[in-house]
Amino acid sequence: MLSVAQPTSTWYLILSAVLFGIGTIGVMVRRNPLIMFMCIELMLNAVNLSFVALSSQIANINGQVAVFFVLVVAAAEVVVGLGIIVSIMRRRTTVTVDDMSGLKG
Amino acid sequence: MELFVFVVAAAMVLAGAVGVVTRSNPVHAAMSLVLTLFGIAVMFVAHNAHFLAAVQVIVYAGAIVVLFLFVIMLLGVDKAEDLSVEPITNQRPLAAIIGVGISAIVIAAIISSRAGLGASGQGVNQTTVDSPDANIRQLARVIFSDNVFAFEITSVLLLVAVIGTVVMARKTKSVGTGK
Repeated sequence: MLSVAQPTSTWYLILSAVLFGIGTIGVMVRRNPLIMFMCIELMLNAVNLSFVALSSQIANINGQVAVFFVLVVAAAEVVVGLGIIVSIMRRRTTVTVDDMSGLKG
Repeated sequence: MELFVFVVAAAMVLAGAVGVVTRSNPVHAAMSLVLTLFGIAVMFVAHNAHFLAAVQVIVYAGAIVVLFLFVIMLLGVDKAEDLSVEPITNQRPLAAIIGVGISAIVIAAIISSRAGLGASGQGVNQTTVDSPDANIRQLARVIFSDNVFAFEITSVLLLVAVIGTVVMARKTKSVGTGK
């Protein structure tokens, strides 16, 4: 029975939900801003996976178009976020977000 | 065969994701992120999204992770972080409860609504030996017809991101006054 089981879209959607949960835990637990960005990337990839899985399930190419735009926006977000991190880190030597609580510069 | 691909790719994705969250060294976390992104790309191929799989490898595993590694090396934070202390009391159990809760809610919604999803579009072209560019043709047709305005806005977004990063990361003479 197991040998003929084919992965359906539901399997991929459940995997993407688990991946999103892991990314959420990472954002809440880790304090290094770079790692928090990586966890945000994990969450974005979970959403991309569910877009593609649903796109093939309901036979509509628009899901893949949405993934295309998510990729572009994610790239822009990482560029701007890393620029902010670099300009903050240039003045401070610490690498945790807890030390950035004050907006004093 | 499809089951085998799913199991291997899912193992890659989950192992990489857990690695990103648990590795104390940022470089190791970035490498785990590459593992996850490749697993996602394999799943894209399994869903006949060949163009997106290529873009995933080039943009994510290529550009974005290299950018992360550059910043890690530039800032010199490639040291292992002390993960034994909890900054806020009970932060990790609460985070685990919230994360597992979000996953559980989404999984419950998926399972309860899986029967209601039928085919609603014109179909996704399958890439075959006879038409190796079926997926990219179909995707391009939709992007450059229905979504051409969003596509043009995307180029403006990228331009704004580039200019903003250059302005932010540039060293100016007056910056040092705060220190």
